[in-house]
Amino acid sequence: MKQQSRIHLLTVSLVVSALCAIAVLASSPVALAQQQSGLSISAGLAQTGEPRFFAIKDARIVPVSGPVIEKGTVVVANGIITAVGTDVTIPPEAAVVDGTGLTVYPGLIDAGATVGLTAEENAGPAGGRGRGPRSATPAKIYNGPQDRPQTTPWVVAADELNPNDPRIQNWRNAGFTTALVEPEGGIFPGQGSVVDLGDERAGNMVVSLRATLGIDFQLSGNFASFPSSLMGAVSYVRQVFIDTRWYQNAEDVYNAHQSGIERPPYDRTEVVVGNALKNNELVLLPAGDKLAIYRAIRLAKEWQIRAAMYGAQEGYSLSNEIAASKLPVFVNVNWPKMEKGADEDALTLRELRLWDRAPSTPAALSKAGVTYAFYSGGLSNPKDILKNVKKAIDAGLSADDALKAMTVNPAQMLGVADRLGSIEQGKIANLVVTDGDLFGEKTKIKDVFVDGMRYEVHEEAPPGPPGGKSMPMQQNNEGVQQ
Amino acid sequence: MNATRTNAKMNALRALAILAVFALLPLAARAQDDSGITLIKNATIITITHGRIEHGSLLIRDGKIADVGTDVQAPAGAKVIDASGMFVMPGIIDCHTHIAVDGDVNEGSISVSSMANIKDVLNPYDVDIYHELAGGVVIGNVLHGSANPIGGQTIVIKLKYGAPPEELPFPDAIPGIKFALGENVKHSNFGGPVPRYPDTRMGVEETIRNAFTRAKQYQKDWADYNQRKAAGEQNLIPPRRDLQLEPLVEVLEGKRYIHCHSYVSDEILMLIRVAHDMGFKVRTFQHVLEGYKVADEMVEAGAGGSTFSDWWAYKMEAYEAIPYNAAVMTRRGVIVSVNSDDADEARHLNQEAAKSMHYGDLTENEALRLVTLNPAIQLGIDNHVGSIETGKDADLVIYNHDPLSVYAVVQKTIIDGKVYFDRNEDLANRAALAKEKQDLIEKEKNEGKPAPKAEEKENGEKKPAKKPSRKPKKSNATPQDAPQLAATEIGGAR
Repeated sequence: MKQQSRIHLLTVSLVVSALCAIAVLASSPVALAQQQSGLSISAGLAQTGEPRFFAIKDARIVPVSGPVIEKGTVVVANGIITAVGTDVTIPPEAAVVDGTGLTVYPGLIDAGATVGLTAEENAGPAGGRGRGPRSATPAKIYNGPQDRPQTTPWVVAADELNPNDPRIQNWRNAGFTTALVEPEGGIFPGQGSVVDLGDERAGNMVVSLRATLGIDFQLSGNFASFPSSLMGAVSYVRQVFIDTRWYQNAEDVYNAHQSGIERPPYDRTEVVVGNALKNNELVLLPAGDKLAIYRAIRLAKEWQIRAAMYGAQEGYSLSNEIAASKLPVFVNVNWPKMEKGADEDALTLRELRLWDRAPSTPAALSKAGVTYAFYSGGLSNPKDILKNVKKAIDAGLSADDALKAMTVNPAQMLGVADRLGSIEQGKIANLVVTDGDLFGEKTKIKDVFVDGMRYEVHEEAPPGPPGGKSMPMQQNNEGVQQ
Repeated sequence: MNATRTNAKMNALRALAILAVFALLPLAARAQDDSGITLIKNATIITITHGRIEHGSLLIRDGKIADVGTDVQAPAGAKVIDASGMFVMPGIIDCHTHIAVDGDVNEGSISVSSMANIKDVLNPYDVDIYHELAGGVVIGNVLHGSANPIGGQTIVIKLKYGAPPEELPFPDAIPGIKFALGENVKHSNFGGPVPRYPDTRMGVEETIRNAFTRAKQYQKDWADYNQRKAAGEQNLIPPRRDLQLEPLVEVLEGKRYIHCHSYVSDEILMLIRVAHDMGFKVRTFQHVLEGYKVADEMVEAGAGGSTFSDWWAYKMEAYEAIPYNAAVMTRRGVIVSVNSDDADEARHLNQEAAKSMHYGDLTENEALRLVTLNPAIQLGIDNHVGSIETGKDADLVIYNHDPLSVYAVVQKTIIDGKVYFDRNEDLANRAALAKEKQDLIEKEKNEGKPAPKAEEKENGEKKPAKKPSRKPKKSNATPQDAPQLAATEIGGAR
C-alpha cells in the first residue's frame, strides 16, 4: 500500500517475474506498492527469487534477552537472524542499511488479537478477545450442555487467515510483527495461532499453529438458550473438561478391547479439546475483574489444566494472589474508562477506582514476579497499544518490563521463545527499527522486518488505501464499536 | 419481583445506589483485625436460648463467644466496647437472599438447571452485602432464582464484605439446591422468546419426577460400576459424571438440602408426595404463603417454612397470603423463619420479625427466633450460630434500642469476632469517600482532553480527543435485552 513500501532486492527482471507470482498470491495493493517502491537500497543482490540478506550496521541494538549493544550490527539471511554483535562480518550479498542514529528492537508481539481474521463471523472489534457473539448467526436454542452451545474448538485461527486484512499492515506499522491471533465468539471459540504479520501467503505467516485454547464464559443472551447465566457457563465448561477426560479414558479402554464393550460415542468437542490438552496448549481463562481473577485461579486448579488468565485489569489489587497461582497473565492494555455521558450518580467508587488504577496493574504484577504479556484487547488503532503501555509506565512500570511484556514474555508463554521475542542468532528476523527510544514521545518507527522482509513505514499515512477506496474491514469495525 | 413492588421501591433503591458509593471504605480498615479478644460490656444481651441478660458482658476470643454473663472481666490486652444502654443479639440470618452473586441468579434456560452453582459466582464486593451488614445481617442463604422446577446449587455464606470469594461460604454447612413451584417456573407472568416445558403444574411435577428417576438410575450406574470394579473386573468404562444429576443424588443421600420456592398449598402437598415417593426430604419451603393451610403436613414431612412477614396479592398465587402465616405455622410446630428475598428488605429483618407479634401474638423471643436461631436450624448451622452461647461463633449485632423497636439502629455488626460494620466509622468516612468519588470523576472526564497549557509543554504532546469507544466488557456481561430483563426480574421473584 501507499503509505509503506516493501523494499526488495531483486534485479529489475526478477522484479517483473516475481510480481507475476506474488500478484497471484497476494492482494493488488501489495503489488501496487511494490511497483511504486522501486529499488532504494544501494547494494545487495538476491541469488534467486526469494532469499533475503540484510545487515543493519552501526545501530543501537536492544536484544531484550541481553544487554543493549550501543553500536552493533544485525545480520539477517533468509528470514533468520544469523549474527548480532559489535564484531560481526557482513556477508557480501547482504544489503547494508546504515543504522546510525537508529535503534533496533525485536518485533513486538500482540498477545491477543483478531488481526488477519476477516471472515464474516469474526467481524468483531479488531484485536478483541472472545467478545461478542458471532454476528449474522441466527439465534439457536441450546437445551443444555449436551448440545455443546457456542462451541467450536476445532476452529484454528491459522486456517482462517486473510493476508489482505488491512489491519495486518496497520499493526506492522505500529511495530507489531507478530500476534497471537484468536478466533472469537462463543464459549470455546477455537484455537489461537502465533502469526507473523507479513503479507505473503497465509501459510507463510504461521509460526505456531495451535498455541492456545480459548475459553470465554459467553452467554446465550436470552432466557431461552443454555447457558443464560455466568454460573451456567462455568458449569458447562466444567462438564466439557469432565466429558473430555471421560472420553480419553473410554477411548483407550475401547481401543484395547473393542469386542464386548459398549462403544463410546464420538463427540468432536471432546476429541478436539482432548487433543489440545494432550498438546499442552495454553488454556485461556477470562479474568477481567477481581472476581474473574479469583475464579480463573480456582478453576485452573480444579480443572488441572495448563492455564493462563486474560484481561486482568484489576490485577493491581490481586498481584500476590496471581503470583501464588503461578498462572501467566495476558494483560489487556485497552484500559477501561468512563463512557461519555455516564450517569455520575450511578457510578460506583469501585469502578472509578478500577478506571483510575487499571494501568498500574503491570507494575504491580512485575513487583510480584508474575509473568505477563500485553494484548490489544479490542483497540482498533494499533498505535494506541504503545500509548496505553506508556500509561502503564507512567503508573510505575519500568520500560524494560514493558518491552519484555511485548517480546520475550509472550514468546515464552506461547511456546515460541526459541524463535521469537529477542534479537539473537538463530531467531526469526522480526525487527523494529526506530529513531529513538521505543517509548519516547517523538520516536518514529522507520522500518519493520517480518521474517526478514523489510517494510518501510511512512509517517504521513493517508486514511485509506490507494485510489481512495474504502477499507471495508475498518468501517465494519467502527460500525460495531458505535 | 412483582412489578408494582418494584416501582414502589424505586426511590429507595435510587437512594441506595447513591449511598453505595459511600460504602466502599478501604476494606482493610473495615474488617478490623484485633488481637482476637474483645469484651462487649454493659449491654442488654439477648441470648435467644437463655433469655435476656441485663448489664451483661460478652467476651470474644478467636472469633468465638468465650464467655457471657454479668460478671465477665476483660483480660489484659482485650479491646473493650462499652455498650451501655445498647442491645446485643445474635447476628441476623437471612434464609433466602440473592445478593453477592456475580451475574444472573437464574440459569433460566432449562427446566432442570442443577449443574449451575452459586458457589462459582459469589461476589464479596456486592455493595448489598455492606447494606445488609448495616441492617444487622451476618449470614445469608444465597439461592439460585425461581425460574426452574429444579434450579441451581445454593450456598450459605457469611457476609464478609470484601473478603476473597473462597472465604464467604459457611464452613461445612450442608449445601442446598433451589426448587420452585407455581407461576415462575411455568413462565406465567412473562413470555420468553421460546416456550419452555413445563407449561402446566402437571408438567412441573413430571419434570421433578423425571429428574429424580434419572438421578436414581445414575446413582445405580455408579454403584454397579464401583461394585464391578471392586470385584476386580477389568476394562471397565466408568459412567460419565453428570453435573446435572450429581446434586440430585446428593439430595437422595441426604447430603444436600432442598429449599423450595412455593406459594399455594396444593403444590406444597404435591412436592411432599413426590418427595415421599422418590425418597428425599424437603428442608424448607420458601415463601410458603399458604403454609398456614398445610402446617401439619409440613411438620409431618419434616419441612421448615421460610416466609415473608406481610406481603400478599402481588400475583395470583399470592392472593391467599395472610400476615399471620409465620405465627400460625409456629403454633402448629413448624420451624419458621422470616426472610428477605430482597437486598432492601434484608436491612430491616428485625422489624419484619416484630410484625409477627402484632399478627399472631408471638412472644418477643419467638419473634427474634424467626431471624436468628430458626433459620440457623433450617440451614443446619444451629450448632455454630443463631444464639449467644459460649463456644458459638461471635456473629453479633449491637443495636442502640431494642431490636424489636422501630427506633433500633444497628451500631456494629460483628462476624467471627471482627467488626464488619461500624456506624460511627461509616458516618465519619462519608465525606472523604464522596470527595474521592468526585475527584475520580473529574479525572475521568479530563482523560483524553487536551491538557492545560503548562502541562502540555511538559508532556511535549497534545493528547487528541478520543473517539468514544466501547468499554471492554467484563467476561460476564450480557446483553440487556427484554428476555434478560425478565430473567433479572424473576431473580428476586417472590
